[in-house]
Amino acid sequence: MALFVEQLVNGLTVGAVYALVALGYTMVYGVMRLINFAHGDFFMLGSYLGFTLLVGTFVGSSLPLWAGLVLAVVVSALGIAILGMLVERAAYRPLRRSNRLTAVVSAMGVSIFLQNSAMLIWGPRYRAYPPWAVPDARWQIGAVHLGFMQVLVLVVSVLLMAGLYLFVQRTTVGAAIRATAIDHDAARLMGIDVDQIIRLIFVIGPGLGAVAGVLLGLYYRQIHFTVGWSYGLKAFTAAILGGIGNIPGAMVGGLLLGILEMLGAGYVSAAWKDVFVFLILILLLMFRPTGLLGERVAEKV
Amino acid sequence: MSKIAGLADRNPVWALGAIAAAAIVFPLVASDYWIDVAVFWGLYVLLGLSLNIIVGEVGLFDMGHMAFFAIGAYTTAILSGRFGISLWLLLPVAGIVAGLAGYVLARPIIRLRGDYLLIATIGLNEIVRISLLNNPWGLTGGPNGIIMLDQFRVFGLLIQRPIHFYYLVWALVAASVFALVRLQRSRIGRAWNCIREDEVAAEAMGIDVRWAKLLAFTLGAGLAGATGTVFAAKLVVISPESFTFMESVILFCIVILGGMGSIPGVVLGSAAMLVLPEILRNFAQYRMLFFGAALALMMIFRPQGLWPSKRWSTKLQESEGE
Repeated sequence: MALFVEQLVNGLTVGAVYALVALGYTMVYGVMRLINFAHGDFFMLGSYLGFTLLVGTFVGSSLPLWAGLVLAVVVSALGIAILGMLVERAAYRPLRRSNRLTAVVSAMGVSIFLQNSAMLIWGPRYRAYPPWAVPDARWQIGAVHLGFMQVLVLVVSVLLMAGLYLFVQRTTVGAAIRATAIDHDAARLMGIDVDQIIRLIFVIGPGLGAVAGVLLGLYYRQIHFTVGWSYGLKAFTAAILGGIGNIPGAMVGGLLLGILEMLGAGYVSAAWKDVFVFLILILLLMFRPTGLLGERVAEKV
Repeated sequence: MSKIAGLADRNPVWALGAIAAAAIVFPLVASDYWIDVAVFWGLYVLLGLSLNIIVGEVGLFDMGHMAFFAIGAYTTAILSGRFGISLWLLLPVAGIVAGLAGYVLARPIIRLRGDYLLIATIGLNEIVRISLLNNPWGLTGGPNGIIMLDQFRVFGLLIQRPIHFYYLVWALVAASVFALVRLQRSRIGRAWNCIREDEVAAEAMGIDVRWAKLLAFTLGAGLAGATGTVFAAKLVVISPESFTFMESVILFCIVILGGMGSIPGVVLGSAAMLVLPEILRNFAQYRMLFFGAALALMMIFRPQGLWPSKRWSTKLQESEGE
């Protein structure tokens, strides 16, 4: 039982990170029907940027701990949001009217480009987040041990997800995003600036991804320029699990995938846990491609 | 590029003769280093050709192709290490094993369309790679991989030097190109292209779409597997690192970059990926950076690829009308 609860908490923690990344995939897919292969790399770059900011703000400065953390999260989210906007402008907008395969390949190109930029900037080795960046607090509630990072990850991601959900469901801009996801032309006829909406999607998604990147860096400590793909693939699986294009679906899918993965690691085998993830992905595609909270999906690329 | 293509179309025999002569003379005058570059180029051409059957001819998005290459390479290393079977025999055996794996793995997912198939094949690639990494039944050696104990032999001559591999690899390329051109022009090749252009119409014309797709997957996986044998012999040590999702993506991109369904496109695409960075050696560490940027730029300015296939319709350029 203790193992179960422990793994459940671990699963919720990584699941919350997957969910934050999955939101970026699902929003882009929902609005543009594009698998943004570069999204995982926004996440990875966010993680590196947070790392640099943390090390940069702490070494030789008198900032308190919490200020440095907030600074790292906020600035890297802003930086990656701007990057997302630039990438959309440079590599996706010119392909808006062309076949979707070309856009997918262009996204791969961007992904490879970003990955290698990170490698050239930060080097090919693993970089480690400074251990002093977060307090070493631990709590015990019943049989459950909670680390400071687990609480931080859960609180931050739940707040962000709730914020995004309210934004999309309750505001006028949110309604415009939903309308654009359903039909570009009809949305345009209603006076919605579709280009603006797409730009907005590419600000929110990468921004959230960057926050997830910093959180995961703090949680696991180690970052590498290839984590964009390994975590990106899982986040993407989470998006499919929830039903791609569906925002609450991505949140549910992320949490569920995290839990499944950690239970698999705890009860079956840690070395094979990623195999479960991809088996789930393939089975899901075979039997319920619309995901758990299914929505309409395009048939062809 | 289209000028060269036009020239080659008008004088196919001369063009082929010139290329063959250049290919035979090249290793006699080049250094071992450049011969090695050409060997890896050839291996990528073989892989590209195998993926081109699936992606280019039929329009199925397979982004996990390295899985079959890995299965071929590992089959070779394991069987030759344990039973000492000749590599010449293992070449078709690895092809058949990988082909069967392609058939079995693709069977449940073959009806998925577009994006979904792409994602499922990525999943397959990862499952195969992680399995190799986890050393099931002590067969694959885990992250360290396996050391090849045997080499190809021709009348007692051990194929070890770059020049030997060069002739071996490019002879295989020539044979594959010949076979694939024949296949392209055959009934099944035309059926494949028909499916690529319009699946519903193909079905209406009486083509067994599912069977044709599975055949393409099996053949593509088989050729990739056979290539794995040569790769294992050349590299001597094979490990899961050589078969990552990234490699599958690069291969996929080579096929698209060259021009879907175009055999010369594959040759050019692989050259752009493997030979060009060696020429610009000082910039080699920027190789993937350039490649990524080039992909995005190509899709924007020349989506049909470097050397588009003649039978390729205008589909890539027209809007699908969201």
